[in-house]
Amino acid sequence: MHELSIAQGIVDIIGQYVPEAQVADVRLVKVRVGQMAGVVPDSLDFCFGAIIDGTPLRQARLHIEETPVRSQCAACGEVFAVEDVAFVCPVCGSGDVSVISGTELQVVEIELSERQAGAI
Amino acid sequence: MSIITIERKVLEKNDEIASRNRALFKQHGILALNLVSSPGAGKTSIIERTLERLGKDLKVAVVEGDVQTDYDAQRVARYHVPVVQIVTNGGCHLEAKLVQEALSQMDLGGLDVLIIENVGNLVCPANYDLGEAMKVVVLSTTEGDDKPLKYPNMFRNASVLLVNKIDLVPYLDCNPATLKSNALQINPHLQIFETSCTTNAGIADWCGWLKEKGARTS
Repeated sequence: MHELSIAQGIVDIIGQYVPEAQVADVRLVKVRVGQMAGVVPDSLDFCFGAIIDGTPLRQARLHIEETPVRSQCAACGEVFAVEDVAFVCPVCGSGDVSVISGTELQVVEIELSERQAGAI
Repeated sequence: MSIITIERKVLEKNDEIASRNRALFKQHGILALNLVSSPGAGKTSIIERTLERLGKDLKVAVVEGDVQTDYDAQRVARYHVPVVQIVTNGGCHLEAKLVQEALSQMDLGGLDVLIIENVGNLVCPANYDLGEAMKVVVLSTTEGDDKPLKYPNMFRNASVLLVNKIDLVPYLDCNPATLKSNALQINPHLQIFETSCTTNAGIADWCGWLKEKGARTS
Protein backbone atom coordinates (compact mmCIF):
# COMPACT_ATOMS: atom_id res chain seq x y z
CA MET A 1 0.00 0.00 0.00
CA HIS A 2 2.65 2.54 -0.91
CA GLU A 3 -0.12 4.40 -2.78
CA LEU A 4 -0.84 6.09 0.56
CA SER A 5 2.63 7.65 0.75
CA ILE A 6 2.42 8.55 -2.94
CA ALA A 7 -0.95 10.25 -2.34
CA GLN A 8 0.69 12.17 0.53
CA GLY A 9 3.49 13.17 -1.86
CA ILE A 10 0.88 14.59 -4.25
CA VAL A 11 -0.76 16.56 -1.43
CA ASP A 12 2.68 17.93 -0.42
CA ILE A 13 3.37 19.08 -4.00
CA ILE A 14 -0.03 20.82 -4.17
CA GLY A 15 0.91 22.62 -0.94
CA GLN A 16 4.13 23.87 -2.54
CA TYR A 17 2.36 25.41 -5.54
CA VAL A 18 -0.98 26.60 -4.22
CA PRO A 19 -1.08 29.34 -1.56
CA GLU A 20 -2.83 28.20 1.63
CA ALA A 21 -5.78 30.56 1.05
CA GLN A 22 -6.50 28.96 -2.34
CA VAL A 23 -6.12 25.29 -1.42
CA ALA A 24 -9.91 25.00 -1.05
CA ASP A 25 -10.28 26.06 -4.70
CA VAL A 26 -8.32 23.11 -6.06
CA ARG A 27 -10.72 21.01 -8.14
CA LEU A 28 -8.57 18.76 -10.29
CA VAL A 29 -5.06 17.38 -10.02
CA LYS A 30 -3.66 15.74 -13.14
CA VAL A 31 -1.22 12.96 -12.43
CA ARG A 32 0.77 10.92 -14.94
CA VAL A 33 1.30 7.31 -13.91
CA GLY A 34 3.34 4.93 -16.04
CA GLN A 35 1.99 1.41 -16.47
CA MET A 36 5.25 0.12 -15.01
CA ALA A 37 5.41 2.64 -12.16
CA GLY A 38 4.16 0.01 -9.74
CA VAL A 39 1.15 2.10 -8.79
CA VAL A 40 -2.47 0.93 -8.92
CA PRO A 41 -4.51 3.91 -10.19
CA ASP A 42 -7.72 2.91 -8.33
CA SER A 43 -5.78 2.48 -5.12
CA LEU A 44 -4.03 5.84 -5.56
CA ASP A 45 -7.41 7.49 -6.19
CA PHE A 46 -8.85 5.88 -3.06
CA CYS A 47 -5.87 6.91 -0.90
CA PHE A 48 -5.93 10.48 -2.20
CA GLY A 49 -9.63 10.72 -1.34
CA ALA A 50 -8.99 9.36 2.15
CA ILE A 51 -6.16 11.83 2.84
CA ILE A 52 -8.01 14.97 1.70
CA ASP A 53 -11.30 14.05 3.43
CA GLY A 54 -12.11 16.73 5.99
CA THR A 55 -9.31 19.05 4.82
CA PRO A 56 -9.53 22.27 2.76
CA LEU A 57 -8.42 20.20 -0.24
CA ARG A 58 -11.52 17.96 -0.03
CA GLN A 59 -13.06 19.14 -3.32
CA ALA A 60 -10.03 18.10 -5.34
CA ARG A 61 -10.27 15.09 -7.65
CA LEU A 62 -7.45 13.13 -9.19
CA HIS A 63 -7.25 12.70 -12.94
CA ILE A 64 -4.86 9.84 -13.59
CA GLU A 65 -3.35 9.59 -17.05
CA GLU A 66 -1.77 6.18 -17.60
CA THR A 67 1.21 6.10 -19.95
CA PRO A 68 2.15 2.92 -21.82
CA VAL A 69 5.56 1.30 -21.56
CA ARG A 70 7.79 2.27 -24.49
CA SER A 71 11.35 1.19 -25.14
CA GLN A 72 14.18 2.14 -27.45
CA CYS A 73 16.58 -0.42 -28.89
CA ALA A 74 20.26 0.32 -28.19
CA ALA A 75 21.30 -1.66 -31.26
CA CYS A 76 19.09 -0.23 -34.03
CA GLY A 77 17.34 2.73 -32.39
CA GLU A 78 13.80 1.44 -32.94
CA VAL A 79 11.21 2.88 -30.53
CA PHE A 80 8.42 0.43 -29.71
CA ALA A 81 5.57 -0.27 -27.32
CA VAL A 82 6.34 -3.02 -24.82
CA GLU A 83 3.52 -5.52 -24.59
CA ASP A 84 3.35 -8.52 -22.26
CA VAL A 85 6.65 -7.47 -20.67
CA ALA A 86 8.58 -8.42 -23.83
CA PHE A 87 11.63 -6.16 -23.67
CA VAL A 88 12.89 -7.30 -27.07
CA CYS A 89 13.29 -5.14 -30.17
CA PRO A 90 10.64 -6.17 -32.74
CA VAL A 91 12.93 -5.11 -35.62
CA CYS A 92 16.37 -6.56 -34.85
CA GLY A 93 15.58 -8.90 -31.95
CA SER A 94 18.05 -7.30 -29.54
CA GLY A 95 17.26 -7.44 -25.81
CA ASP A 96 19.48 -4.45 -25.12
CA VAL A 97 16.67 -1.92 -24.83
CA SER A 98 16.06 0.98 -22.48
CA VAL A 99 12.67 1.98 -21.12
CA ILE A 100 11.94 5.52 -22.30
CA SER A 101 8.43 5.88 -20.85
CA GLY A 102 6.01 4.00 -18.67
CA THR A 103 7.72 4.46 -15.31
CA GLU A 104 6.60 8.07 -14.72
CA LEU A 105 4.97 9.22 -11.53
CA GLN A 106 4.39 12.94 -11.89
CA VAL A 107 2.02 15.70 -10.91
CA VAL A 108 1.36 17.45 -14.20
CA GLU A 109 -1.30 20.08 -13.58
CA ILE A 110 -3.38 21.60 -10.82
CA GLU A 111 -6.72 23.22 -11.70
CA LEU A 112 -8.39 25.75 -9.44
CA SER A 113 -11.99 27.00 -9.59
CA GLU A 114 -12.66 30.25 -11.45
CA ARG A 115 -14.03 32.22 -8.51
CA GLN A 116 -10.80 32.94 -6.71
CA ALA A 117 -8.35 32.04 -9.42
CA GLY A 118 -7.56 35.66 -10.10
CA ALA A 119 -6.09 35.99 -6.65
CA ILE A 120 -3.12 33.82 -7.60
CA MET B 1 -10.57 27.30 -14.32
CA SER B 2 -7.07 28.47 -13.59
CA ILE B 3 -4.40 25.92 -14.38
CA ILE B 4 -0.96 25.53 -12.85
CA THR B 5 1.31 23.38 -15.01
CA ILE B 6 4.10 21.84 -12.98
CA GLU B 7 5.45 18.42 -14.13
CA ARG B 8 6.88 17.44 -10.76
CA LYS B 9 8.00 13.93 -9.83
CA VAL B 10 5.91 12.72 -6.91
CA LEU B 11 8.88 10.95 -5.33
CA GLU B 12 11.24 13.89 -5.88
CA LYS B 13 11.81 14.39 -2.16
CA ASN B 14 12.78 10.74 -1.74
CA ASP B 15 15.09 10.93 -4.77
CA GLU B 16 16.84 14.01 -3.36
CA ILE B 17 17.59 12.30 -0.06
CA ALA B 18 18.66 9.17 -1.96
CA SER B 19 21.18 11.31 -3.88
CA ARG B 20 22.57 12.58 -0.59
CA ASN B 21 22.88 9.00 0.71
CA ARG B 22 24.63 8.04 -2.54
CA ALA B 23 27.10 10.92 -2.16
CA LEU B 24 27.83 9.79 1.39
CA PHE B 25 28.52 6.22 0.21
CA LYS B 26 30.81 7.56 -2.52
CA GLN B 27 32.68 9.77 -0.07
CA HIS B 28 33.40 6.75 2.15
CA GLY B 29 34.04 4.31 -0.73
CA ILE B 30 31.15 2.09 0.37
CA LEU B 31 29.34 -0.33 -1.94
CA ALA B 32 25.68 -0.10 -0.88
CA LEU B 33 23.30 -2.91 -1.79
CA ASN B 34 19.51 -2.74 -1.57
CA LEU B 35 18.45 -6.33 -0.89
CA VAL B 36 14.86 -6.96 -1.98
CA SER B 37 12.53 -9.97 -2.22
CA SER B 38 9.11 -11.20 -1.21
CA PRO B 39 8.73 -12.23 2.47
CA GLY B 40 10.56 -15.44 3.32
CA ALA B 41 12.72 -15.69 0.20
CA GLY B 42 15.84 -15.80 2.36
CA LYS B 43 17.27 -12.25 2.45
CA THR B 44 18.43 -12.49 6.06
CA SER B 45 19.86 -15.98 5.50
CA ILE B 46 21.77 -14.68 2.46
CA ILE B 47 23.19 -11.90 4.66
CA GLU B 48 24.21 -14.46 7.30
CA ARG B 49 25.97 -16.71 4.79
CA THR B 50 27.62 -13.66 3.20
CA LEU B 51 28.91 -12.43 6.57
CA GLU B 52 30.24 -15.91 7.41
CA ARG B 53 32.22 -15.97 4.21
CA LEU B 54 33.26 -12.34 3.75
CA GLY B 55 33.34 -11.07 7.34
CA LYS B 56 37.11 -11.40 7.51
CA ASP B 57 37.88 -9.93 4.08
CA LEU B 58 35.49 -6.99 3.96
CA LYS B 59 34.11 -4.63 6.56
CA VAL B 60 30.36 -5.07 6.17
CA ALA B 61 27.52 -3.27 7.96
CA VAL B 62 23.81 -4.02 7.74
CA VAL B 63 20.65 -1.94 7.86
CA GLU B 64 17.60 -4.10 8.56
CA GLY B 65 14.15 -2.97 7.47
CA ASP B 66 11.10 -4.71 8.88
CA VAL B 67 7.46 -3.91 9.39
CA GLN B 68 7.72 -5.06 13.01
CA THR B 69 10.27 -6.58 15.46
CA ASP B 70 14.08 -6.47 15.54
CA TYR B 71 14.46 -10.25 15.04
CA ASP B 72 16.57 -9.81 11.91
CA ALA B 73 18.94 -7.33 13.57
CA GLN B 74 19.41 -9.84 16.41
CA ARG B 75 20.25 -12.57 13.90
CA VAL B 76 22.77 -10.38 12.08
CA ALA B 77 24.33 -9.01 15.31
CA ARG B 78 25.59 -12.53 16.09
CA TYR B 79 28.16 -11.99 13.35
CA HIS B 80 29.63 -8.99 15.21
CA VAL B 81 29.01 -6.47 12.46
CA PRO B 82 27.43 -3.01 12.87
CA VAL B 83 23.68 -3.33 12.41
CA VAL B 84 20.82 -0.81 12.68
CA GLN B 85 17.19 -1.94 12.67
CA ILE B 86 14.53 0.21 11.03
CA VAL B 87 10.97 -0.68 12.06
CA THR B 88 8.52 0.77 9.54
CA ASN B 89 5.43 0.15 11.74
CA GLY B 90 3.31 -1.08 8.86
CA GLY B 91 5.15 0.68 6.03
CA CYS B 92 5.61 -1.73 3.13
CA HIS B 93 8.99 -0.42 1.93
CA LEU B 94 12.06 1.54 3.06
CA GLU B 95 12.38 5.17 2.01
CA ALA B 96 15.61 7.14 1.58
CA LYS B 97 14.91 9.22 4.69
CA LEU B 98 14.67 6.14 6.92
CA VAL B 99 18.03 4.95 5.58
CA GLN B 100 19.51 8.42 6.08
CA GLU B 101 18.44 8.29 9.74
CA ALA B 102 19.90 4.80 10.12
CA LEU B 103 23.21 5.97 8.61
CA SER B 104 23.43 8.76 11.20
CA GLN B 105 23.58 6.04 13.89
CA MET B 106 26.44 4.25 12.16
CA ASP B 107 30.18 4.82 11.91
CA LEU B 108 30.76 4.71 8.14
CA GLY B 109 34.55 5.08 8.35
CA GLY B 110 36.39 2.02 7.02
CA LEU B 111 33.27 0.26 5.75
CA ASP B 112 33.53 -1.60 2.43
CA VAL B 113 29.97 -2.83 1.96
CA LEU B 114 26.60 -1.78 3.37
CA ILE B 115 23.74 -4.24 2.92
CA ILE B 116 20.30 -2.68 3.29
CA GLU B 117 17.69 -5.40 3.79
CA ASN B 118 14.41 -3.98 2.54
CA VAL B 119 10.93 -4.95 3.73
CA GLY B 120 9.79 -8.22 2.12
CA ASN B 121 7.75 -7.04 -0.87
CA LEU B 122 8.32 -7.32 -4.63
CA VAL B 123 6.17 -4.28 -5.50
CA CYS B 124 6.69 -1.09 -3.51
CA PRO B 125 10.47 -1.15 -2.83
CA ALA B 126 11.06 -1.01 -6.62
CA ASN B 127 9.90 2.62 -6.63
CA TYR B 128 12.04 3.97 -3.81
CA ASP B 129 15.68 4.77 -4.49
CA LEU B 130 17.64 4.53 -1.24
CA GLY B 131 20.95 5.74 -2.70
CA GLU B 132 22.23 2.21 -3.30
CA ALA B 133 24.71 1.24 -6.01
CA MET B 134 22.44 -1.62 -7.01
CA LYS B 135 19.38 -3.63 -6.11
CA VAL B 136 19.96 -7.32 -5.43
CA VAL B 137 16.74 -9.30 -5.77
CA VAL B 138 16.39 -12.67 -4.05
CA LEU B 139 13.83 -15.01 -5.61
CA SER B 140 13.41 -18.41 -4.02
CA THR B 141 12.49 -21.47 -6.07
CA THR B 142 9.43 -22.08 -3.85
CA GLU B 143 7.85 -18.91 -5.25
CA GLY B 144 7.68 -20.29 -8.79
CA ASP B 145 9.52 -19.59 -12.04
CA ASP B 146 6.92 -17.08 -13.33
CA LYS B 147 7.61 -14.37 -10.73
CA PRO B 148 9.95 -12.20 -12.86
CA LEU B 149 7.12 -11.78 -15.39
CA LYS B 150 4.62 -10.93 -12.64
CA TYR B 151 6.83 -8.31 -10.99
CA PRO B 152 8.70 -6.80 -13.97
CA ASN B 153 9.42 -3.46 -12.34
CA MET B 154 11.53 -5.02 -9.60
CA PHE B 155 13.48 -7.30 -11.92
CA ARG B 156 13.97 -4.49 -14.43
CA ASN B 157 15.46 -2.28 -11.69
CA ALA B 158 17.74 -4.92 -10.18
CA SER B 159 21.35 -5.63 -11.15
CA VAL B 160 21.72 -9.02 -9.49
CA LEU B 161 19.33 -11.97 -9.06
CA LEU B 162 19.97 -14.63 -6.44
CA VAL B 163 17.88 -17.73 -7.19
CA ASN B 164 17.70 -19.00 -3.63
CA LYS B 165 16.64 -22.35 -2.09
CA ILE B 166 18.08 -24.02 -5.19
CA ASP B 167 18.48 -27.23 -3.14
CA LEU B 168 14.66 -27.59 -3.04
CA VAL B 169 14.21 -27.83 -6.81
CA PRO B 170 13.78 -31.66 -6.83
CA TYR B 171 10.64 -31.24 -4.69
CA LEU B 172 9.10 -28.33 -6.58
CA ASP B 173 7.31 -27.56 -9.78
CA CYS B 174 9.85 -24.85 -10.57
CA ASN B 175 12.29 -24.97 -13.45
CA PRO B 176 15.38 -22.83 -12.71
CA ALA B 177 16.14 -22.53 -16.45
CA THR B 178 12.64 -21.10 -17.07
CA LEU B 179 12.99 -18.80 -14.07
CA LYS B 180 16.29 -17.45 -15.39
CA SER B 181 15.04 -17.06 -18.94
CA ASN B 182 11.96 -15.17 -17.65
CA ALA B 183 14.21 -12.90 -15.59
CA LEU B 184 16.53 -12.23 -18.54
CA GLN B 185 13.54 -11.44 -20.75
CA ILE B 186 12.72 -8.60 -18.35
CA ASN B 187 16.34 -7.57 -17.84
CA PRO B 188 19.10 -9.07 -20.02
CA HIS B 189 21.79 -7.35 -17.92
CA LEU B 190 20.95 -9.29 -14.73
CA GLN B 191 23.87 -11.05 -13.06
CA ILE B 192 22.41 -14.35 -11.80
CA PHE B 193 23.63 -16.70 -9.06
CA GLU B 194 21.92 -19.89 -7.85
CA THR B 195 22.22 -20.16 -4.09
CA SER B 196 21.21 -22.25 -1.11
CA CYS B 197 21.65 -21.05 2.45
CA THR B 198 21.17 -24.63 3.70
CA THR B 199 23.79 -26.38 1.57
CA ASN B 200 25.87 -23.23 0.87
CA ALA B 201 25.65 -23.96 -2.86
CA GLY B 202 26.58 -20.90 -4.92
CA ILE B 203 27.44 -18.78 -1.88
CA ALA B 204 31.16 -18.82 -2.79
CA ASP B 205 30.40 -17.55 -6.31
CA TRP B 206 28.12 -14.78 -5.06
CA CYS B 207 30.60 -13.73 -2.36
CA GLY B 208 33.52 -13.80 -4.81
CA TRP B 209 31.63 -11.47 -7.11
CA LEU B 210 30.64 -9.20 -4.19
CA LYS B 211 34.20 -9.10 -2.86
CA GLU B 212 35.50 -7.95 -6.22
CA LYS B 213 32.78 -5.30 -6.52
CA GLY B 214 33.40 -4.10 -2.96
CA ALA B 215 37.15 -3.83 -3.53
CA ARG B 216 36.58 -1.84 -6.72
CA THR B 217 34.30 0.64 -4.91
CA SER B 218 36.71 1.30 -2.03
